[in-house]
Amino acid sequence: MKKTNPNPNANRNILRLAYVVSGVFVCMLLYLGYFLQFESGGVINNAYNPRVDLLSERVVRGEIQSSDGQILARTVTSEDGTERREYPFGSLYAHVVGYTGKGRTGLESLNNFYLLTSHVNLAEQVFNQFSGIKNLGDNVVTTLDSNLQQTAYDLLGDRRGAVVAMEPDTGKILAMVSKPDYDPNTIAEDWERLTADEEGEARLLNRATQGLYAPGSTFKILTLLEYLREHPDDWEEFHFDCDGLYENGEYTIQCYHGEAHGSQDLMQAFANSCNGAFAQIGLELDKGKFRTLTEEMLYNQELPLSLSYSRSSFSMTEDGDTWEILQTAIGQGKTQVTPIHQLLITAAIANGGTLMKPYFVDHVENAGGQEVKKFMPSSWGKLISAEEAASLTQFMSRVVTEGTGSALRTDAYTAAGKTGSAEFETGRETHAWFTGFAPAEAPQIAVTVIVEEGGSGGKAAAPIARGIFDAYFSE
Amino acid sequence: MTTLILEGSKYLMIFLMIYYAYLNFRFFGEKYDFRKLKLCRKQNGAMFLIHFLGFLSLYLSRGEEKILVFYGAQVLFFAFYLGLSRVFYRNISRLLLNNVCLLLSVGFLMLARLDMEKAVRQFVIAAAAAVISWIIPFIIDRVWQLSRIPWIYGGAGLALLLTVCVAGVTSYGAKMTLELGGISLQPTEFVKISYVFFVATMFYRSTDFRSVAVTTAMAAAHVLVLVLSKDLGNGLIFFLTYLFMLFVATGKWLYLTAGLGAGCLASAGAYALFPHVQTRVAAWLDPWSDVANKGYQIAQSLFAMGTGGWMGMGLDQGLPGKIPVVEKDFMISAIGEELGGLFAICLILICLGCFLQFMMIATRMQAMFYKLIAFGLGCEYIIQVFLTVGGAVKFIPLTGMTLPLVSYGGSSMVGTFILFSVIQGLYILKRNEEEDDEENESQS
Repeated sequence: MKKTNPNPNANRNILRLAYVVSGVFVCMLLYLGYFLQFESGGVINNAYNPRVDLLSERVVRGEIQSSDGQILARTVTSEDGTERREYPFGSLYAHVVGYTGKGRTGLESLNNFYLLTSHVNLAEQVFNQFSGIKNLGDNVVTTLDSNLQQTAYDLLGDRRGAVVAMEPDTGKILAMVSKPDYDPNTIAEDWERLTADEEGEARLLNRATQGLYAPGSTFKILTLLEYLREHPDDWEEFHFDCDGLYENGEYTIQCYHGEAHGSQDLMQAFANSCNGAFAQIGLELDKGKFRTLTEEMLYNQELPLSLSYSRSSFSMTEDGDTWEILQTAIGQGKTQVTPIHQLLITAAIANGGTLMKPYFVDHVENAGGQEVKKFMPSSWGKLISAEEAASLTQFMSRVVTEGTGSALRTDAYTAAGKTGSAEFETGRETHAWFTGFAPAEAPQIAVTVIVEEGGSGGKAAAPIARGIFDAYFSE
Repeated sequence: MTTLILEGSKYLMIFLMIYYAYLNFRFFGEKYDFRKLKLCRKQNGAMFLIHFLGFLSLYLSRGEEKILVFYGAQVLFFAFYLGLSRVFYRNISRLLLNNVCLLLSVGFLMLARLDMEKAVRQFVIAAAAAVISWIIPFIIDRVWQLSRIPWIYGGAGLALLLTVCVAGVTSYGAKMTLELGGISLQPTEFVKISYVFFVATMFYRSTDFRSVAVTTAMAAAHVLVLVLSKDLGNGLIFFLTYLFMLFVATGKWLYLTAGLGAGCLASAGAYALFPHVQTRVAAWLDPWSDVANKGYQIAQSLFAMGTGGWMGMGLDQGLPGKIPVVEKDFMISAIGEELGGLFAICLILICLGCFLQFMMIATRMQAMFYKLIAFGLGCEYIIQVFLTVGGAVKFIPLTGMTLPLVSYGGSSMVGTFILFSVIQGLYILKRNEEEDDEENESQS
């Protein structure tokens, strides 16, 4: 065969291309290795992955524990090998821990993969596999404090509503209660009754994250913030004479139970939750900026929350008419918020304006108690500036010392917060709100309480927060 | 006892696969032929053992007698194929031969696990292709006119592609298949071979500007017809292969860079023109926001590999059937899920080993014609492996390519057998030449 003008560089170029191809393949294999080692755990814990359930044939689902080591969920294997998921505290942790069996909810769902993965030592694993014994799955240790959870549960009693508590500087959720509830131990038997829900109780709904309520006077925190932003220097000159009924043309706004607050400056108006004063403030605000502020505070936005939740909504636009403004400024009207969202705003104020991402799992450990994975606090970012946070804290402290939050007056610690009594249907009692934190000067815990049809926030909701703070600081 | 064997087999198969891949690369470093021969024998042992353990696991898990029959038929086939290939061609590359058998055996195993009927079909086609392709090295050795007929390769190839484009059946958005009397063919798999022959013969004649221009026009016509058939994956293979062959033939970086630039522009154009390209890119960037629809395939593939982890779930213990078209586009994910990520990585390394072997043969061929053929076919092979594996692990967007010799598909099986046999033919040619030289030297 003839050799016409063979390119002398041909072999070198062939080798070059071979090296490039090899390099690309090495990158691809490293990517695959990285995926298998680090990313796969997060990826396969997905509702669309039918395979996770296969793991349960080899692994005994691990325990869910409170931060103080109480067992919130465990799998009991009977002698004939059948497994049953047991929730020793019954309905106490129903919504937050969730259930498994009829689908999965709550932490049972979020941590499905961890619970079905075993990190008992390798020799034991191999031995178990060979002898056909199931490995023990990892245990998920939550941030939930059993004492606070029990306190919140007892204080809410038979009333409908929700209580959520978290550490503002870490984002650890300490307690989450929603009522009415259900017993996850008997979820299969009760399923039809619960889903049919003939009494309209929505027992399966986690009101703490999914319940949407009018914020009522707790929304005045945002109205106040916008007013402070628009009047950085002269807000102290604010003055309002309250006779219990604010009239603007054909519209009237009443203070709670028609109480006349008399001459009010801004701080007093906030502490006494004077509707007239805040309705008037509302009229003065720049509606566009106000809407922007609410969206910065995560209204109409996604929350950094792994549990399923409802999105809070703020609907007033720049075209809002006078009635809409009057209503919106005092937290009535179409605005809707979830208790967890209220808590996040409150926690950000308590934490110098920085919102920490809320989380429920402190660490995952193997059946022998060795830590497998640790979750660290992480910041979502700034909701407001540190100065604004300090200023709002001052206002919220006055609510407790001189205003509607009197239930929290104590020498043991200084609390700060805001009450709310949200009207939702004429002729029915208002929903009672309280959202706040303590100690005001160096906050360690933030709490949001809602009691459906509880009446006034100060009387129905604030005492629950008081009980939780008392329990927390006596620990 | 059964669990003991199943679990033991899983780890042993991974170990053997690592050992096999290790031998494959160890081979490149060996100087002496007798040592190379030893390595190849060990590879054969490892391969038969992997194959045995795999089918043993499958039988224990399913308890179907036909699995044993099928296994027996395969062992016979591999034994005869390995043995007779060496009888017919003393100088055949045993490494490549072993790799073909290993890839086939893993493919048969996974297919038998996924769909017994398809596995048997695949086996019959592979056996037939193996027998038919025995003649190819003989032809390459004797028929020197092969380097004289560029326009037969080019014309026939283009005509076939045009036929598919006009009369083909659309599946998964692309026209790739011809239905002929109940048999469905994918002519592209054969055009891949004729295409490389066309380019090699053209550049063998001359690499002056005129020849380059004419060849480029013809190659572009191939790519264009593939794009018109919406077979973008193969279009990409043809395009890159031509570009690399042009670069090696001429040694001009300008051609390579200009070609790659044009390729980028064309990709942007394809992205703008074809909605299904946009869908695939979107699914690659973020499969999770739409797991139920656009991201479904890739998400299922990642679930499979992720759940399997490094060690795998064990044969028949996973759910690879949940991945759409698993037996064609996602064999690597199925292998990763059940046989383990380590096993899958070794398999990919063996594919890369085949490619490197092709490249070494290309560098050793003296005639530009043979050099370009070995190089071009090697490029086609490895780009296809890259597209299918890269797509399945979300390294690149999905292109819907198959893993040669492993994935299900008759045309692909026959085409790949031809491809490997052509390269074997070149290797044998070279070795025969070297032997003649040595004899002449010792005589003189």
